Amino acid sequence: MTIVSDAEDNVDGALPLPRQSFKPPGVMRVALRMWRTRIGLIITAALVFLAFFGRYFAPYGENQGIGVAMQPSDSPKIHEKSLFGSGELGRDIWTRFLYGGRPILISAFLATLLALVLGTIIGLIAAYNRGKLDDVLMRAMDIILAFPQIILALVVIAMFGATNVLIIMAVGVSTTPRIARVVRGSAVSVVERDFVAASEALGEPRWRILKDELLPNITAPLLVEANLRLTFSIGVIAGIAFLGFTADPLSANWGLMIDQHRSGLLGDQPWGTTLPVIAIALLTIGTGLIGDGLSRAAAGVDRQRGDA
Amino acid sequence: MSNRWGLMKFIGRRLFLGVLTLFIVSIFIFAATQALPSDAAQSVLGRNANPERVAVLREKLGLDKPLLNQYFHWLWGLVRGDPGRSMSNDVPILDFISARVVSSLFLLTLASAISIPLSLLIGAVQARRRDKTFDQISSFSMLALASIPEFVIGVILVITFATVQWKLLPAVAQFGTDRAWQHLDQMVLPTATLVLGAVPYISRVTRAALIEVLDSDYVEMARLKGAPERTVLWRHALPNSLGPVFQVIALNIAYFAGGVIVVEYLFNYPGIGGALKDAVGIRNIPVIQFLVMILATVYVLVNLIADVATILVTPRLRTRVS
Repeated sequence: MTIVSDAEDNVDGALPLPRQSFKPPGVMRVALRMWRTRIGLIITAALVFLAFFGRYFAPYGENQGIGVAMQPSDSPKIHEKSLFGSGELGRDIWTRFLYGGRPILISAFLATLLALVLGTIIGLIAAYNRGKLDDVLMRAMDIILAFPQIILALVVIAMFGATNVLIIMAVGVSTTPRIARVVRGSAVSVVERDFVAASEALGEPRWRILKDELLPNITAPLLVEANLRLTFSIGVIAGIAFLGFTADPLSANWGLMIDQHRSGLLGDQPWGTTLPVIAIALLTIGTGLIGDGLSRAAAGVDRQRGDA
Repeated sequence: MSNRWGLMKFIGRRLFLGVLTLFIVSIFIFAATQALPSDAAQSVLGRNANPERVAVLREKLGLDKPLLNQYFHWLWGLVRGDPGRSMSNDVPILDFISARVVSSLFLLTLASAISIPLSLLIGAVQARRRDKTFDQISSFSMLALASIPEFVIGVILVITFATVQWKLLPAVAQFGTDRAWQHLDQMVLPTATLVLGAVPYISRVTRAALIEVLDSDYVEMARLKGAPERTVLWRHALPNSLGPVFQVIALNIAYFAGGVIVVEYLFNYPGIGGALKDAVGIRNIPVIQFLVMILATVYVLVNLIADVATILVTPRLRTRVS
């Protein structure tokens, strides 16, 4: 919080403190000085690249058969140029793997974005209008929290079927209260600051106070929370696919792949499960590392000692 | 005396809020089922069913009554412990769910009984040897564990201990009509998955809370009186940092309630999580309604207990609640 610049304080005529006389480094920049953040970024970037562009290097088509199902790569019953053998339904594991990351990443990103927008709006409104409205909004958030995320998604799927839009909305809505709580918690103290009172005195409309006065002062905790929620959303969305609920059962998906090839673990064809497991584990560790760097930067830890 | 009243009032208010939450959750769940494109009778019998048979089933399921009646009939059934009959095979839900509830509760209890003391221990050791090697290494592995989704941790365990690497443990839990505790070897991997999912969070909060308390004046006082560091940590510091830890434990048990679905499916564990997954797959509405209500109740209850426990272990709050 302290590292977010308060330009408004200086406008008030307060003497600029030495630290504020130049633009203090943003959370991002502080975080980037730490090795954990850099490693996290590299891992995440590599997997995002693989998930988005891997398909253009795939040796076969997404649903192209290459021979008998569940054969290891050296089996004579499949096409000879298969890196990791065939999966269930006789499709190429490596190709399916290269195709299977994108749907999860896109859904998780959109769900987090939805939650970020809704949660920020609700949290800011609750923090600014203390009292009845705050109580009602936060109680409503508590009720959504009474459903574990995956259950909310499953109820929606049971009612309307598994479509991408519904899964994204279910995960986004169930993530919203978690973000709203963080936003409200950080914004409550900002509301008490003088520059907010000054804007009120100047007759600024409410939404501008929320947007221009409160929001810029809570970006650090918001960024940390957004990253954490992205990590969780990846897990929830992959988990829903693992349970077998995807919009299109034929298109490749890492979560679904893990489930479909579990029988291969007992035989000699473990790759259908192992590859996506490694990918999801690395991806989430990558985003987790970035989040850890961000939260350390936001807390002001390691600000001097950027090598931790 | 007035303190005790304050505490009772606090518990009463939380209890009321909990019941209110469950009531609203029940309305949500009931309303969600009304949003189905075709009604329950139609979806059981299929789209091309004989209209007369649909009408008979509608009457049997009470679908011809007003919506409000249906809701209160269902709610009253839940309160009496009669959630109705399963739609797919027309047997009372309790007949095939109650054994699964017991199995799931056993899994949850086992996972909690292991993860809570383990996390307290790890958090305490981390806090005491702050920034030393153990703290650094364990913090990093906790971060990795906290990031990886639960089912992926479970699959990694299966790959390592049950199939590809070493074939030490059963990869699936299949104990048929036996009780879960008669097959503890099959419990190892499901329990370990849940434990590994929960320990990072509880230990992280324990570490942070303990560090704060260890730096406080009264702990310094205990040290200056000559109390050994071990006593300072376990007798003086730990009890006072339990407040936030209880909150996180509650959150985690609630999180188990969700994680149990994926974990039970992964290990074929015969609990309510697997049952919910199956029910969603075939749109068995009464079963879904009942199971979601159970899981929401677990969540509300655990949070209530945690709030009360937090008050009880925190002297500052204990005197302030009135």
